[in-house]
Amino acid sequence: MKVKTMAEMMAVGETPEVLFWVGCAGSFDQRAQKITKAFATILDKVGIKFAILGKEEACTGDPARRAGNEFLFQMMAYQNIQVLNGYGIKKIVTTCPHCFNTLKNEYPELGGTYEVIHHTSLLQQLIDEGRIKIKEGGEFKGKKISYHDSCYLGRANNIYEAPRKVLEALDAELVEMKRCRTNGLCCGAGGAQMFKEDEPGNKRINMDRADEALETGAKVIAAACPFCNTMMTDGVKNREKENEVAVLDIAELIASNMQ
Amino acid sequence: MQTEISILAAQLIFMQIVFQIAFLLLAAIGIYFFAKKTAEIKRNIFLGKDEQLNDQSGKRWRNLILLAFGQKKMFKNPLVAIMHLIIYVGFIIINIEVLEIVLDGLIGTHRLFLPYLGSYYTFLIDFFEILAFAVSIVCVIFLLRRNIVRIKRFISSDLNGWPRSDANYILFTEIILMGLFLSMNAADQVLQNMGAEHYHTTGTFIVSTHLTPLFSTLSVNGLIILERTAWWLHIIGIFAFLNYLPYSKHLHIILAFPNAYFTRLEVPGKIKNMPAIQNEVLYAMQPELAPVDAVPPASFGAKDVFDLSWKNLMEAYSCTECGRCSTACPANSTGKLLSPRKIMMSTRDRLEEVGININRNGNYKEDGKSLLHNYISTEELRACTTCNACVEACPVSISPLEIIIELRRSLIMEESNAPQEWNSTFSNIENNFAPWKFSPDDRDQWATEMQ
Repeated sequence: MKVKTMAEMMAVGETPEVLFWVGCAGSFDQRAQKITKAFATILDKVGIKFAILGKEEACTGDPARRAGNEFLFQMMAYQNIQVLNGYGIKKIVTTCPHCFNTLKNEYPELGGTYEVIHHTSLLQQLIDEGRIKIKEGGEFKGKKISYHDSCYLGRANNIYEAPRKVLEALDAELVEMKRCRTNGLCCGAGGAQMFKEDEPGNKRINMDRADEALETGAKVIAAACPFCNTMMTDGVKNREKENEVAVLDIAELIASNMQ
Repeated sequence: MQTEISILAAQLIFMQIVFQIAFLLLAAIGIYFFAKKTAEIKRNIFLGKDEQLNDQSGKRWRNLILLAFGQKKMFKNPLVAIMHLIIYVGFIIINIEVLEIVLDGLIGTHRLFLPYLGSYYTFLIDFFEILAFAVSIVCVIFLLRRNIVRIKRFISSDLNGWPRSDANYILFTEIILMGLFLSMNAADQVLQNMGAEHYHTTGTFIVSTHLTPLFSTLSVNGLIILERTAWWLHIIGIFAFLNYLPYSKHLHIILAFPNAYFTRLEVPGKIKNMPAIQNEVLYAMQPELAPVDAVPPASFGAKDVFDLSWKNLMEAYSCTECGRCSTACPANSTGKLLSPRKIMMSTRDRLEEVGININRNGNYKEDGKSLLHNYISTEELRACTTCNACVEACPVSISPLEIIIELRRSLIMEESNAPQEWNSTFSNIENNFAPWKFSPDDRDQWATEMQ
């Protein structure tokens, strides 16, 4: 399939239904690229006309702002808003809860107002509308799946149901971790922690969360954030369970199980 | 004979007046010092920066009713919530009885409301007594939870020293106050049965009637002394407690209400914008927009309490140090130094120190200290994942996260104090538009792989 950039669409006078904001992890991280590809495949399959910014996309500034570097955040925001407004973007979908939060909640007062939707919400809509149909007797039917709440979807934006509704469509057995929804435990990556070593302590946060996920006995740990995905994958590997337990994004689960 | 009686009557009236004056003085002193300290706290809170939080009053009242009155978040743990509710309801309702006590003290009456309420009076006192009894039981359970069961958030080192004693003092005081209230009523009933003067018949009180056998052997005079002593200690205790409040974590019983009202209504994921920097960047990118007299802001983020918003400072005074935030904190629960509760306690400690400084010098005199570094370390600040678990957990809607972010801003933008990895992250974002060192040209590499 051919993924078009906004520039390419503009050149031929086309406008997309939605802009797919890929995010840095989704663009560069090898593991997260698979999520990006899975989601792009879904969009393509259901016939949603989408575009990416391609080389014109830049970090939203989320980690900079949360680390305390407001200057850098404002610079990135300025640059991105110029590009987005320049293309007259109305609607954005993204697979990253951090990008989602920044674009949706922090860009409007800086002059960038768009309808921003997280991919799990879009997937839920598409399933509800019957545009995504799950294969009969899919590979996850009856299997235990545990969903790890991303802080930036859950507590930060009150999105708890969409990802779970999507998983229910897989006919899997949804098992909750001890701390879930509003009490969900962070994977340890937020607030720019992803980019530095943990502070001294007695356990890594991602190990704590991975242990909790493994306790459920789930065969799949479902994530909805590329950073959570990395953290949980590392945790599962550390416990040498990577052959028994898979950490997968909700988009990947749907992409491999849709008709 | 006539003169003897009138001398006795005069003496009684004299004593009565002495007690009324003593009561008036007690009340005046109690209220004066409370008002003085309250004014100081208000002044301290408004040392913070201005922040407009008056919009959407409908939503704000809703928060006040649900979070403060209704204690909605406490019900995440229903058993503890009900116990806390008993103390809270007991505290508020028993205060109606305190109103009678205060009026009796001022006017020199005894059980002023009795003639007006008749049999309802006994019913009302019965209700207060049941509450008083329930409050005492819950206080005992809470003491056990803190000191014997040793629940993790209560044995945390955050509470070492004064904060731990503070919590215990409050619980002990409540038990003593309730005990005095019940003893006073018990002695009163024995006196009623003996037909002592001034002790109007009320009927038996539901809880204190069980205490009457303890007092039945005492003489009328002994009982009067006991009843009066319990009455006086009870009301002195209440005035003492009132004055203890502003120095204690127990201040939350007052500040939880404004705190819930003024809580931020925006989605928790949104971090407070810095318009000064937004404009700096705008003027750098589009110099034609810069006003000629644009003055760059003096400082960025918060180094000390003065740089925080008044709401942050009010939150510091509203914190009851329950530690639900720190239990929920992923950093704290994995042994990192960061504890959101300690962030709030440190903010209050520093603010109190600044307050004392102002009391002493008229104005704040530079003391070479600041909230950042002297009270809250970089190691604590760097452990935060901004996950909002602390904010979600707080029963009175305090945000330790907001203070953490403001202090981080000062660390990074004023001191360029960042771990090496973050400096690389920043320069990658700036130069490669991603937090990792990848070429921006490869950003859509994945797309070409899909063709």
